[in-house]
Amino acid sequence: MDPLKTIKSEAVSADMSFLEMLDVLNEELSEKGEDPVHFDHDCREGICGMCSLHINGKPHGPQQTTTCQLHMRSFKDGDTITIEPWRAKAFPVMKDLVVDRSAFDRIIQAGGYVSVNTGGVPDANEIPIPKKIADEAFDAATCIGCGACVAACKNASAMLFTSAKISQLALLPQGQVERKERAEKMIAQMDAEGFGACTNTGACSAECPKGISLTNIARMNREYFSAVVSSNNV
Amino acid sequence: MMLDAKIPSGPLAEKWTKHKFNSKLVNPANKRKYDVIVVGTGLAGASAAASLAELGYNVKAFCFQDSPRRAHSIAAQGGINAAKNYQNDGDSIFRLFYDTIKGGDYRAREANVYRLAEVSVNIIDQCVAQGVPFAREYGGLLANRSFGGAQVSRTFYARGQTGQQLLLGAYSALSRQVANGKVKLYPRTEMLDVVKVDGKARGIITRNLITGAIESHSAHAVLLCTGGYGNVFFLSTNAMGSNVTAAWRAHRKGAYMANPCYTQIHPTCIPVSGDHQSKLTLMSESLRNDGRVWVPATVEIAEKLRKGEISPNDIKEEDRDYYLERKYPSFGNLVPRDVASRNAKYVCDEGRGVNETGEAVFLDFRDAILRDGEDTIRAKYGNLFDMYQQITGDNPYKLPMMIYPAVHYTMGGLWVDYNLMTTIPGLYALGEANFSDHGANRLGASALMQGLADGYFVIPYTIGDYLASTPYDKVPTDHEAFKTAEKEVTDRLNKLLSIKGSKTVDYFHKKLGKIMWDYCGMARTEEGLKKAKKMIQELRADFWKDVKVIGTNEELNQSLEKANRVADFLELGELMIDDALNRNESCGGHFREEYQTPEGEALRDDENFAYVAAWEYTGDNAPEILHKEPLVFENVKLTQRSYK
Amino acid sequence: MVANPLICTLRLMANNPLIRVVSILNFVFIAAHVVYSAILTKQNKSARPVGYAVANGASNSPWASRNMGLLGTILLLFILVHLRGFWYEVKFGEMPMVTYEESGTIKDVYTIVAASYENVGYALFYVVCMGFLAFHLSHGFSSAFQTLGLNHVKYSPVIKKVGYAITILIPTLFAAIPVVMYIQSLS
Repeated sequence: MDPLKTIKSEAVSADMSFLEMLDVLNEELSEKGEDPVHFDHDCREGICGMCSLHINGKPHGPQQTTTCQLHMRSFKDGDTITIEPWRAKAFPVMKDLVVDRSAFDRIIQAGGYVSVNTGGVPDANEIPIPKKIADEAFDAATCIGCGACVAACKNASAMLFTSAKISQLALLPQGQVERKERAEKMIAQMDAEGFGACTNTGACSAECPKGISLTNIARMNREYFSAVVSSNNV
Repeated sequence: MMLDAKIPSGPLAEKWTKHKFNSKLVNPANKRKYDVIVVGTGLAGASAAASLAELGYNVKAFCFQDSPRRAHSIAAQGGINAAKNYQNDGDSIFRLFYDTIKGGDYRAREANVYRLAEVSVNIIDQCVAQGVPFAREYGGLLANRSFGGAQVSRTFYARGQTGQQLLLGAYSALSRQVANGKVKLYPRTEMLDVVKVDGKARGIITRNLITGAIESHSAHAVLLCTGGYGNVFFLSTNAMGSNVTAAWRAHRKGAYMANPCYTQIHPTCIPVSGDHQSKLTLMSESLRNDGRVWVPATVEIAEKLRKGEISPNDIKEEDRDYYLERKYPSFGNLVPRDVASRNAKYVCDEGRGVNETGEAVFLDFRDAILRDGEDTIRAKYGNLFDMYQQITGDNPYKLPMMIYPAVHYTMGGLWVDYNLMTTIPGLYALGEANFSDHGANRLGASALMQGLADGYFVIPYTIGDYLASTPYDKVPTDHEAFKTAEKEVTDRLNKLLSIKGSKTVDYFHKKLGKIMWDYCGMARTEEGLKKAKKMIQELRADFWKDVKVIGTNEELNQSLEKANRVADFLELGELMIDDALNRNESCGGHFREEYQTPEGEALRDDENFAYVAAWEYTGDNAPEILHKEPLVFENVKLTQRSYK
Repeated sequence: MVANPLICTLRLMANNPLIRVVSILNFVFIAAHVVYSAILTKQNKSARPVGYAVANGASNSPWASRNMGLLGTILLLFILVHLRGFWYEVKFGEMPMVTYEESGTIKDVYTIVAASYENVGYALFYVVCMGFLAFHLSHGFSSAFQTLGLNHVKYSPVIKKVGYAITILIPTLFAAIPVVMYIQSLS
């Protein structure tokens, strides 16, 4: 494990967001001519999923939000805050707190889509979808791909992430055609990336900034069993 | 060079159909002989890359984020317009066209906007087929909501996360093509220059953000889908990484920049809380349906408020100035974005701002809660109230919210013709990166529509017309032009690293942002703009003398990335000022205080300014040349907006 | 020479072929569970080669769910001790014999069980291990359903409740045997 480095900052106010605190810290370091601390971030609205950080032993810190939505009023004056990168074999650290999450992209590339080309699709209202089903699919679809589930899981498992996409498409009529193949391929890719397995601790869902439910993992398991038993892929 | 927008002749409704038929086609077997570079993977970029790969072209897709799914399209909340008329309320392609042209204050091209409205219906079909979970009615059909600037319900939405769902749809289509081997993905890779061979765009130079490697990529055409430049203001609702570099590098290589001064300021953002602030957060405009906007009637009360001597709830009814309701009795709190923003600025300039910085007004739900009950308000806006409390620490059920306008969207961008091609042959600009569809002001829920229209349904046709007459031969990346461009890029990065000055990159960015906000923001004057122009020139000179960039090129170096982007913002800022100075009228997102009606509304000058201002780069610190593309309106009558 | 109903039941169980099948399957499943869990645990550990300096697992998941490997290992040791103490003795050890009217002379298992539980340490060991079993089941029962994909708004709450009941009932009843027999041994 790389050693933890302790940096002291005086200019932190309660109204700052956590990332603004790091901005200020980096300004201080830069002014001193020291290398700033590198971390991933982009939208700072809690939706792009780019920010990460394991703060005081929890992904995205003490609250169930993304790190960019966390504010310094969640900490006390004089606190020492421990910040670590996401740690998982499938998420190699690139520098400081920046990790490579392209494994998630490859899981989606394995089958997280409906194979329709642009154009030539039916009218949007041709297939009615019960509101309840559409809402459930939406809940699964809100995943922002930040990787907090992997970071929180003691097995560094990506089951919550993978199951959210499999669930979304398994629920919707548009996803039916490739349903079995999708489950098989995405799970195969997930395993190939070196993520661990699920032991149902529930940490992923508890830490997920979008509150993606464990129901999705159960659904994915169901999809997988039925695909393995009945699909034509040998 | 004469600007030729290549707008097809004939009646408005037939232009696009006719144009598609007249465009040359590339034989399916020959498409694989062409390489296309797509820079940016937001709605425009991802949809274009996926669609072109499906057709058979070899696509290389680039983004500076760690995954294509992070592009800032993801943050769009409200929805996407489409002329489906599912609600049977009188919508039509023509009405969407008309609303968009009018909302843009008659500064957009009729033909482009009509095409946008025409393909809007296909977008919804496409997204639903991809599995985008739009909001639905109990009967299982798609739901719609209404949005500003329209009298019909034509906005499709996915709770407050429409942009996310649409982007994930386009990202999934892109991912499928990556799996098929038709798209090669380059995440964490930033484009730093366009490469021209024989006057045509034939590739780009990139920097690998992890290793710092400068690389050349060759292709037959280059698509810039790199978003807007709102971050020139430092504080905006844009993502931290949003930048103008790709577009600006293209501009320096000969692509004209059109209407750069058109900036949309969104009225309902969470105010700045201090110097540490890095970005502004948008609160959905829907809050203005129930919230009442006010400031104290007098400066004295406002001062007490700012010092914390009194609480907003202590202020008596007669001491409150509901200024929007007072000035615009018929529209009240629901006036368009630009009007609401400008009036907030006026009352704060008078010293009646309500937070410590004096730059905030109240958005008060007290009366709505009394009228409808807290539960009803919670059901409608609960998530927004929670978000507000998370960021500010105040409870909006008990205290009025504080809001202030913030930079949100840039209508200006690279000039493109009807085919979305810039003035460099083979170089295209899509989505917010181009200028074409929103005129001087964009309507809500139209940005998503435009990004996807360009990517899914326009570029697949228009690029074929260009490529059909382009030879198959590839330009090798060891070609002279690539080597020269690589050297220019490397030299510039080395220059930035070698200055080793005393001020950080953020110092310059914040200074630039302040100048732009103060003089080229919600209200502009000739005097202020002239002053700002000088200030920017001085700031830019200081930047190149005294900026401090830590580290080396051969590593992940976020301060070098930032410095390189801010250097371009420092040039763009001046052009925006030039454009604002040139446009002696007020329209949409461009308000010149000298040009207003007696009631204080924007006063257009259709006789002299009904044109697109396209600027040509002529060299470092040299004045740019203005080219005018006249806007011809054959299908709509130009009127003055009124919201009294 | 009494016709003890308990003995009758036990004799029925000992001779019933169904019980034999169940007990063999039980052994096979336990062995498979142990081997498979060990492999999975190894894989799961390797998914995070570098651990966190600070990890606050208690804030997002129950203790038992994070320590099934530890609990399982303790239970495996318990099973081994248990088998060595009784099963091995019955099969291969020198057993006292007892003669009943109904069945003739058979191995006197009761006597060695009673003798074992006279030892307070031995009885206590059983009770404590049943505590570990309770923790293991508290996560394991509902978790098995989740793994098999049997998660449903209607049934999951019922499964949870049944799980709690089993978690309390089974270990308590098993723990009752050494407790009762120890108390009996005192009198």
